[in-house]
Amino acid sequence: MEALTRPLAKIGRSSVEALSGIGYAAMLLIESIYLAAFGWRIGQPLRLRAVVEQMRQVGVDALAIVCLLAFTVGIMLGIQFVSALGEFGAQSQVVIAVAKSVTREFGALITAILVAGRSGSALAARIGSMTVSQEVDALAVIGIDPVRYLVAPALIAMLIMLPLLTVFADAVAIFGAALYSAPALDVTPTAYMLQTMSLLTPGDIGQGIAKSFVFALLITLIGVSTGFSVTGGAEGVGRATTRSVVLSICWIIVADMIFSFFLNR
Amino acid sequence: METPAPLIEVEKLEAWYGKRRILNAVDFSVQPGEIRVIMGGSGSGKSTLLRHMLGLNRPVSGTVKLFGTNLANANDREKLDVRKRIGVSFQGGALLTSMTVGDNVALPLREHTKLDEQTIRIMSRIKLEVVNLGGFQDLMPSQLSGGMIKRAALARAIVMDPRLLFFDEPSAGLDPVVSAELDELILRLRDALRMTIVVVTHELESAFKIADTITVLDQGDVLMTGTTAEVRAADNERIQDLLNRRPREVQVDADEYLRRLVGEDA
Repeated sequence: MEALTRPLAKIGRSSVEALSGIGYAAMLLIESIYLAAFGWRIGQPLRLRAVVEQMRQVGVDALAIVCLLAFTVGIMLGIQFVSALGEFGAQSQVVIAVAKSVTREFGALITAILVAGRSGSALAARIGSMTVSQEVDALAVIGIDPVRYLVAPALIAMLIMLPLLTVFADAVAIFGAALYSAPALDVTPTAYMLQTMSLLTPGDIGQGIAKSFVFALLITLIGVSTGFSVTGGAEGVGRATTRSVVLSICWIIVADMIFSFFLNR
Repeated sequence: METPAPLIEVEKLEAWYGKRRILNAVDFSVQPGEIRVIMGGSGSGKSTLLRHMLGLNRPVSGTVKLFGTNLANANDREKLDVRKRIGVSFQGGALLTSMTVGDNVALPLREHTKLDEQTIRIMSRIKLEVVNLGGFQDLMPSQLSGGMIKRAALARAIVMDPRLLFFDEPSAGLDPVVSAELDELILRLRDALRMTIVVVTHELESAFKIADTITVLDQGDVLMTGTTAEVRAADNERIQDLLNRRPREVQVDADEYLRRLVGEDA
């Protein structure tokens, strides 16, 4: 009997754990939105300086690496589409294929995965080590709501910067594709870019941006909630950091799939 | 000296950690102006009691009141109001590692007052002088020694001139000289700033040096609360064990012992 109930209990326990994790993240989300909007009324004002500092860390500091990766992915897509579409003489479709796949998918996805690795893990590590060393408790007893001080600025910064980075990545990736495929298609890169502009609709770019908002929420909430639930010292912080990156990337990809499904019906 | 309203009132507080009970219906109160030491061995529940008094844990049952406000059902405003009037120095200092010592000390002022930057700087430097850390404001916490971190944490705890100061393990991990200095500092704070101070410690020597009254906790029960002399003279065996550093006599229940060894659910 025991042999039967034990795995069942295990499944039950981990389901409850997963559910409570989602609940906790949702609570953090609601609380930080509330504090960002009305915190000043209860003596917990959101500091603009903290938001700007987070925006720099999440957005500006990531610019170079986002640029590099987006450029590379652009070239890669150019190579693939030129060779694949060339097989049945549809090379003229390369421009639209690159434009749509970058703006709808790759721009948002690459940026989100990169930011999850850079900033999501940094959030988890920072909040985790603060939890372990009682700094979070210290904030609370000083009368500074840890959610207002640590979560809300990160959330707002992420919601602003991730969509911006995504648009930036879109542009760079298409530019990368243009540099590779323009010679193959016998056009100038400028003509390639202009054609892209005329083929793209605001909806394409909007799709990527809408996704990046969701990704921003996921990255921040997973980062902070794993950070706050760290136990077990330095090792725990390391585990939480890894966990936050893995979880964020999994959720990002799943959310991306769901989004694509509903947006392209 | 008949009693004004106590600053801290804990009634029938129970705390659980999973299935293990940490506090059994603890009653505890602290009068204004006294230095109360909460003493007990490891696992006696003293840290848990402290966390409840700071409102960091919610009581399962029982109430914790600070300045007459029940923390468990206070709204955000009331809670903030209480927290502005208390100062806490954590065991490891809990200085924010991302800012300088000076910014750490100035943090409560920056968050809760509308003072101008110059005043804040002066006030936080005064508090650093009080704890003998004058001139250290530009260092990062990682550049300080253990004793200095504790003193800096104390400076941050008293920067708002709280009426009530909590001090968690002031002498843990410090050499005897530094911990004696900290004891002196605590006494001075009470005399100079008229603070009510609650110290959690397991160091006997420092406990008897600074305490007006001592509460002895053991395995979640308050064994006694009394003056230092009363505690010394207590005939409770557990208290005497603690005072004389005698090891506990563990009674082994044979069945229970066997069950623990072979059982699967510990």
